[in-house]
Amino acid sequence: MNLGVRQRADWIPLALTAAVALAALALIGNPSTWVTLTVAGLAMGLLIFIMSSGLTLVFGLMDVMNFAHGLFIAIGAYVAASTIKVFSAAAGADSFLANLGAVLPAMLAAVVVAGLLGLFFERVIIRPVYGQHLKQILITTGGMIVAEQLIHVFWGPDLLPLPRPSTLRGSFLIGDMAIEKYRLIAVVIGLAVFAGMLLLLNRTKIGLLIRAGVENKEMVEAMGYRIRRLFVGVFVAGSALAGLGGALWGMYQESVTVHIGASMMVLIFIVIIIGGLGSVGGCFAGAVLVGLVANYVGYLSPKIALGSNILLMVLILLWRPQGLYPVSRQ
Amino acid sequence: MPENLLTLAGVHTHIGRYHILQGVDFAVPRGELTMLLGRNGAGKTTTLRTILGLWRASAGSIRFESADIARRETPEIANLGIAYVPESMGIFAGLTVQENLVLAARRGPPAKERLERIFRFFPPIEKFWQLQAGLLSGGQKQMLAISRAIVEPRKLILIDEPTKGLAPAIINNLIEAFAELKKTDTTILMVEQNFHAAKSLGDSVAVMDAGRIVHAGRMAELATDAALQTRLLGLSLEAHQ
Repeated sequence: MNLGVRQRADWIPLALTAAVALAALALIGNPSTWVTLTVAGLAMGLLIFIMSSGLTLVFGLMDVMNFAHGLFIAIGAYVAASTIKVFSAAAGADSFLANLGAVLPAMLAAVVVAGLLGLFFERVIIRPVYGQHLKQILITTGGMIVAEQLIHVFWGPDLLPLPRPSTLRGSFLIGDMAIEKYRLIAVVIGLAVFAGMLLLLNRTKIGLLIRAGVENKEMVEAMGYRIRRLFVGVFVAGSALAGLGGALWGMYQESVTVHIGASMMVLIFIVIIIGGLGSVGGCFAGAVLVGLVANYVGYLSPKIALGSNILLMVLILLWRPQGLYPVSRQ
Repeated sequence: MPENLLTLAGVHTHIGRYHILQGVDFAVPRGELTMLLGRNGAGKTTTLRTILGLWRASAGSIRFESADIARRETPEIANLGIAYVPESMGIFAGLTVQENLVLAARRGPPAKERLERIFRFFPPIEKFWQLQAGLLSGGQKQMLAISRAIVEPRKLILIDEPTKGLAPAIINNLIEAFAELKKTDTTILMVEQNFHAAKSLGDSVAVMDAGRIVHAGRMAELATDAALQTRLLGLSLEAHQ
């Protein structure tokens, strides 16, 4: 299996995920509860993947530590909430097509605004601090604080509702199993984004350049390619994807606060670290694992749910210190 | 004597607080293979990297054909027709052999006759066409690195120690390939520690020491002058063989 940056098949991390799911089935006992938790875990994992895939490529390509990535998540959620409000009639209708008429513009607006903000952010905040990790951490953290205050200015400090359209509510009932519709949709969108990224990375010259740049950006430049242009493109695409993820996550929770992005950053960093920095395939595997573990542990032992993903990260790094799918870098 | 394709004049390079190149002057004649020799730490690799803009010259001029490239960005310099084979080989380990060559071909898919020539020089490239490049042996990686440099017509190829760490049989294979390449009038600037390889391939030579060129001339003269070899390189060709 080619997971985006490696050609050699390495099924062990995927087998580990399957083993975790089977172990959870044994511990939970009830198959219908297990299915519900598994779908919830997959939905959460794939939403985290959408939000974090851009960040892992940004780090892989240019060694940029962007602690303000949560900003794009937050802005995506807020823009989606505002857009849904504009299309409230379509969102409130009982027709799936009418609901799509509200959701699609909201997602599109989130993607476009987050992407444009990413372009501005790269030019103004990131570009002056290339190659300086400490300054990157400080300035992106500062940028995040300023941006959160600007969100307060534009949208106010209160919780903003982001209601799910009526046909996206409720569950599919199969026997005594209940599978929430929206979670299933999140899984489908997450898989579509992953498939799209695999196609881009493995079947196009831009994808080849991104994979090569993650390994050895100096050599890519020595071949005559302008890696900075490529990086700007990846940064904007990563920001747009974070915006999409934020919009989907906000709709999942049906409300948006200014901390929606920052609250996801811990999970996002865990995912890109255990996946292997710069590895899209690793990011996918890590996100699914994190989503599943969070949901299984939350059900089995709520008291340790908060720390379960930290423990997962520690165990994986003890096993594979460079992450699940390490990228060979020079 | 052919005209010069590349001319360095008074080139200085600083890396951090270290002053590595301290006024490098030499020229690379068009259509020839020029050897850049010298002890470890003399500044040979820095010279190649400075030509390509990977390290910026702090003073001096680097003329390639009629253009001064000393202040230009690396991609712009590479697009003038300069290929680079670094000492580390710089192959993309996660990409296949084919993908490495597709990336190196800037003008579109690699031309059939170019690929056939590469396969003739280096049969393992054809054999392992779909293999992940990171799985190749050291010698095969070097073949891939050189193949990338010749997958398209280039005006100048910069090669840094291509025989380093390779088995003698592979070195002989590379020497034969470079000898073939020379027949195509490709201009090459090569850093090499293996004096046997340097002597058999080089048309002209520049010897560096402590960040400066201390000798420049024809390789045939250096190869036959044991005293000069000893003075410049600390070896004699006879003793080395």
